[in-house]
Amino acid sequence: MTEEQAFFNEMQDAAGNPRAAYTALANWLKDQPPNLLKKKSREAETIFRRLGITFAVYGAEDSGERLIPFDPIPRILSASEWRKLSAGIDQRVRALNAFLHDIYHRQEIIRAGRIPAELILQNDAFLPEMVGFAPARKVYSHIIGTDLVRVAENEFYVLEDNTRTPSGVSYMLENRETMMRLFPDLFQMHRVAPVEKYPDLLRQTLESVGPDQAKSDQTIVVLTPGIYNSAYFEHAFLADSMGVQLVEGPDLFVENGRVFMRTTRAPQQVDVIYRRIDDAFLDPLTFNPESMLGVPGIFDAYRAGNVTICNAPGTGIADDKAIYAYVPEIIEFYTGQKPILNNVPTWHCSRPDDLAYVLDNLEDIVVKEVHGSGGYGMLIGPTASKKEIATFRKILENNPSNYIAQPTLALSACPTHVASGVAPRHVDLRPFVLVGDKVRITPGGLTRVALKKGSLVVNSSQGGGTKDTWVLED
Amino acid sequence: MLGRTASSLFWMSRYQERAQNTSKILETAYRSAMVPQSGQTENGEWLNALETAGAAAAYEFNIGEVSPKGVMNYLIFDRNNPSSVRVCIETARNNARAVRTAITSELWEAINTTHLEFADVNPQSLTPDKIPDFLAWISQRSHLFRGSLLNTTLRDDGYFFSQFGTFVERADNTARVLNTRYWVLLPDNDVIGDDDFERPQWSDILRTLSGKRSYRFAYPNAKLKAYNIAEFLILRKEMPRALAHCYDWIDDTAKDMAQFYDTTEVSLGLAEEIYSSLQKMTMREIFDIGLNDFLTEFRTRNNNFANQLSHDFNFA
Repeated sequence: MTEEQAFFNEMQDAAGNPRAAYTALANWLKDQPPNLLKKKSREAETIFRRLGITFAVYGAEDSGERLIPFDPIPRILSASEWRKLSAGIDQRVRALNAFLHDIYHRQEIIRAGRIPAELILQNDAFLPEMVGFAPARKVYSHIIGTDLVRVAENEFYVLEDNTRTPSGVSYMLENRETMMRLFPDLFQMHRVAPVEKYPDLLRQTLESVGPDQAKSDQTIVVLTPGIYNSAYFEHAFLADSMGVQLVEGPDLFVENGRVFMRTTRAPQQVDVIYRRIDDAFLDPLTFNPESMLGVPGIFDAYRAGNVTICNAPGTGIADDKAIYAYVPEIIEFYTGQKPILNNVPTWHCSRPDDLAYVLDNLEDIVVKEVHGSGGYGMLIGPTASKKEIATFRKILENNPSNYIAQPTLALSACPTHVASGVAPRHVDLRPFVLVGDKVRITPGGLTRVALKKGSLVVNSSQGGGTKDTWVLED
Repeated sequence: MLGRTASSLFWMSRYQERAQNTSKILETAYRSAMVPQSGQTENGEWLNALETAGAAAAYEFNIGEVSPKGVMNYLIFDRNNPSSVRVCIETARNNARAVRTAITSELWEAINTTHLEFADVNPQSLTPDKIPDFLAWISQRSHLFRGSLLNTTLRDDGYFFSQFGTFVERADNTARVLNTRYWVLLPDNDVIGDDDFERPQWSDILRTLSGKRSYRFAYPNAKLKAYNIAEFLILRKEMPRALAHCYDWIDDTAKDMAQFYDTTEVSLGLAEEIYSSLQKMTMREIFDIGLNDFLTEFRTRNNNFANQLSHDFNFA
């Protein structure tokens, strides 16, 4: 078997024939002059830079603003593939919200013995402050980005659920805008489901969980840590496209159990806060007293039912890597159905047997920190050097319960513009889901692509790029 | 509107205006340094540029000896000089970025592109022959900013705060330019007795305030005269950098603001007060008060207005 066939190629089958969804694109690519993609890539970069679509990389040497590389070749999903994916995502986000409500109330799932109590009660992501409190419509995680990877024709795995403050949706929207500017002819050849309604849907979702549903015009704000946050562009973008204020902690204050913003006129009461700061920073009176980003007293206003915070504090327990392995159980327990989308098999290094297996097979597997994100602090066995593996082994042995491990998945690959022309590169997929009065899934998502040949790390902080993601309509 | 948004819009405009003012000061210094003038101290133009920019003391402390290259670098590129063009452009841009949702995409692109292109400039590559074009480019970018603001922005409170920022800064700059060498504008000091003698400093002042040509139109039959120049730059509201012009805008904006917010905040009254005193005054009266005293007093009032504005509308 050659290297080229060791993974699922989304554009063409083993014989080199384009798959149905990619036929038009494959033919189009063949007809283009050799320098077109290079030229279009440069145009795209100019557009992104001018619009200020940048992100900051933490700890980078030159920690200024960067562009996430944009690949001009779209990733295409057929209508039937999407139907299955969205049904699976719908099922999953309903189950996770039911799970959150349960563990902060009667904890039936623990009583039923489906999940060990200590895994929840002793988990840092479990917030005792949330116990007994039910947010509007019992929705905890309103905005979710489900990370998926594909390994075969009909085989998708859920890698992570991202139920706290998933980012990347602005790239889904801006990538599409850019593609429509760069390649109008390609859009004429395909029926691509639009993604542009996302900001409206987000607003409807936020309005649907406002504390006072009788109020006709609710004041919604986006709460950002400020311009130095890596996703600041996205915060501004979402506030702007929803037509709501973008606020920082000091712009808000609490009085008589209600939240207000300081305006150039009288203080204005706030009903719904789409917060993009972490739980710990939300309220210095309740959580981290050092926080300069949060709003003193906001948690009490929340518990008094005078303001809705999206996502709810304490949702991190639902995407905790230690809980992840139990999500299939969670789905069955709350929905009574078999999971439509599968989990990646996972070893918990806290269990001696699992740890032994992981230590014996470090060369072949991926090890991640339980609470880590962004591709930091992980080991990818097959591409790591002997020395890196040896170093990691020590770290792992010192603190095994901090790690989980998964088999190295052969991520699917999509045609990508590279120096030598067009070549397959590995991708993942993050569709964006909204949960409020109903579940709204935007057809598309963010495709991240590992630009280095053979690389499986798609994180933008580690040199990954993005692609526009097309869901075709029937 | 958030108080913080008002603040960012106000300072975005102030810093953009300051970048342009600094570049005009340098343009003038650069030009007059090339023209030999008798009785002039070495590098006098550059020292004057520092004084006009209000940076002489800081320069002496941080850099020391005055040299063309040193002053140019300090006023354009130095990251430690809070009013260097670089810092102004960055601060304007950071303020704009903090209120990205409150400004139009045209305005944002004008500011952001200026920032990006400026950041690409290598100070070492800026040889003396390239300096005039570079300084002119900074002015042009400021004009693009103003144009975008005027042509694309909704006339709401955000627009008003941006206007206040521009004209408070501009009024302060004009008063500073005049005050740095106020004595050359005193008619009584004009003891040479020759009506045809035009002091080179007069052209410098007009050039720094982009008024050399328009002066000739405003005073068609007159030579450059201290009295006229002072009047032109202080009391003639048709001159876009005159104090009266700045307060004409500020007063109009204050009236729009009063209507928009249905309020009579103290700052809005102050704007009217300052403007009407400029309208009533004559140059004779100003010379009687003393030009230096008048300009110093004006800068204080201008500053008080800005402080009161931020107090009234909850921004720091």
